[in-house]
Amino acid sequence: MTPAFDLRRYQDPLTIQRVIHTAKTVAVVGLSSNPLRASYFVGFYLERHGYRVIPVNPRETEILGLRCYPRLADVPGHVDIVNVFRAPDALPGIAEEAVAIRAGTLWCQFTVINEQGARIAEAGGLTVVMDRCIKVEHARYVGRMHWLGFNTQRITSIRGGLQ
Amino acid sequence: MEESRSFGFDTRQVHAGQRPDPNTGARAVPIFQTTSYVFEDPESAAAYFNLQEYGNTYSRIMNPTVAVFEERMANLENGCGAVAFASGIAAQAAALFTLLTPGDHVVSSSALYGGTVNQLKHLLRKMSVELTWVDPDDLDAWKAAVRPNTKAFYGETIGNPGGNVLDIEAVAAIAHAHRAPLLVDNTFATPYLCRPIDWGADIVLHSATKFIGGHGTSIGGIVVDSGQFDWSNGRYPVIADPSPAYHGLQFHETFGTYGYLMKLRAETLRDLGAAMSPFNAFLFLQGLETLSLRMARHVQNAAAIASYLESHDLASNVTYPGLGGSRYRSLVDKYLPRGTGAVFSFDCRGGRAAGQDFIRGVSLWSHLANVGDAKSLIIHPASTTHRQLNDEELRAAGVGPGTIRLSVGIEDPGDLIWDLDQGFARVAASAAAGVTSR
Repeated sequence: MTPAFDLRRYQDPLTIQRVIHTAKTVAVVGLSSNPLRASYFVGFYLERHGYRVIPVNPRETEILGLRCYPRLADVPGHVDIVNVFRAPDALPGIAEEAVAIRAGTLWCQFTVINEQGARIAEAGGLTVVMDRCIKVEHARYVGRMHWLGFNTQRITSIRGGLQ
Repeated sequence: MEESRSFGFDTRQVHAGQRPDPNTGARAVPIFQTTSYVFEDPESAAAYFNLQEYGNTYSRIMNPTVAVFEERMANLENGCGAVAFASGIAAQAAALFTLLTPGDHVVSSSALYGGTVNQLKHLLRKMSVELTWVDPDDLDAWKAAVRPNTKAFYGETIGNPGGNVLDIEAVAAIAHAHRAPLLVDNTFATPYLCRPIDWGADIVLHSATKFIGGHGTSIGGIVVDSGQFDWSNGRYPVIADPSPAYHGLQFHETFGTYGYLMKLRAETLRDLGAAMSPFNAFLFLQGLETLSLRMARHVQNAAAIASYLESHDLASNVTYPGLGGSRYRSLVDKYLPRGTGAVFSFDCRGGRAAGQDFIRGVSLWSHLANVGDAKSLIIHPASTTHRQLNDEELRAAGVGPGTIRLSVGIEDPGDLIWDLDQGFARVAASAAAGVTSR
């Protein structure tokens, strides 16, 4: 299932850092209510780190103690990041909804790879990140991923702030 | 904001894994000599124990000094992460324990460090895991050994002490055709000379005790994961299925690329307990800062000594794969272009007694059971490191009764050759006298 297009276009480290540092609101499409699923881990983590998390899932009414919306179109207010945990085939439709609500970034998790979805979002003026985990990227640049021996790929002699 | 740049190996061996301490600004890596960590609040503590947040809980499972070493090794090996252990043998046991279950089967090179031979032979049997030894140079033997229950392939980049060079890419292809991972012990090459993950290896193991530390001060080991293997391919329920040891967590589904390492740390290290000490991690980090400089000198000296031995009348079977006539020449060109390490063996004419005479004759080389020190080391494997092996296993490991193993240090190569001359003089004198000292 090697994608036919160049994913690196949607994995630029500077873009990822800008999105993580500027976003305040994250709508998580496909957020599960099962605490053992990856999406729940990510939603929990983002909330813990100060983002306003908005669950989007038509089968639930409340997840993580937060009101859950059936579709992106139902979410009130501005959404900085649409974070997608759905099958790749669902991406074009989600991208169209993200464009319609004027979201800032379409962020597709690991393996959520769909070229058409990326093109729709880009044409609609959104930043696109694809096949990257928002929790891992946050932990790489802001958080504590290095505390567990993971390769953050970061090299810097700048003294960081307290975390 | 950090620009993305592909930093060179020499920069990464000094910097990777560490940023200046945010609290104090300390430039050196602080030694966090602590067992445990104060939680901010009950919610944070729960999040750490649930693995929902990257947090420190207890130094048997993670420690900030050890984490710098882990990340630096992962970075140098081009892996996604690493977990350090109290020894290389503990790292190996944990790496295998995490992915194997009773009834599984392992295919391994027979040309291995004696301690690894013992571990695979006896420990796996106790775990009811079957094992097949193969000649690592024979790709057909690797293929022929595969069974439906084969779950892991194992080899050393440069075999100890026979100097076999593993055809990593070819063996990885055989393993992957069977949807199993290849584990490679890269201790003798270090990531400076070879990075097995670049050639398809899935998990890389090290005894950090050797060239990583580089000064013979500390025992330690590490497991580096490429993050590329698909543990959800249906053959590894031990990693993919809900874990009864972690309230039903599915490590590979939840953590993806990082699933194997999370399980290795949060379950195997937690339960086996062979954690690396922060002080040892500090010493290994000191070692890593000069890895490229030391390895360049190690291989330069080793090549000089191998060619000296090759032309000596009393030495034969010099196993240094960097020699021009080595049967591993094409593999060396492919996998080890910067050099073939600094550990190899030769056979002293006269067998066991002559080998022991040779060791009695030298005074600069240290007679001890270790390799990868800045100091040059010498040992007689048949009576020490490989003593528990029977004759057949000795032969399979490339060890004869008169075999001498050398670990070439970074001293003046002229002095090292002068001392080997003393050893040969002792052998010649004993032979001339027709007696052998006891």
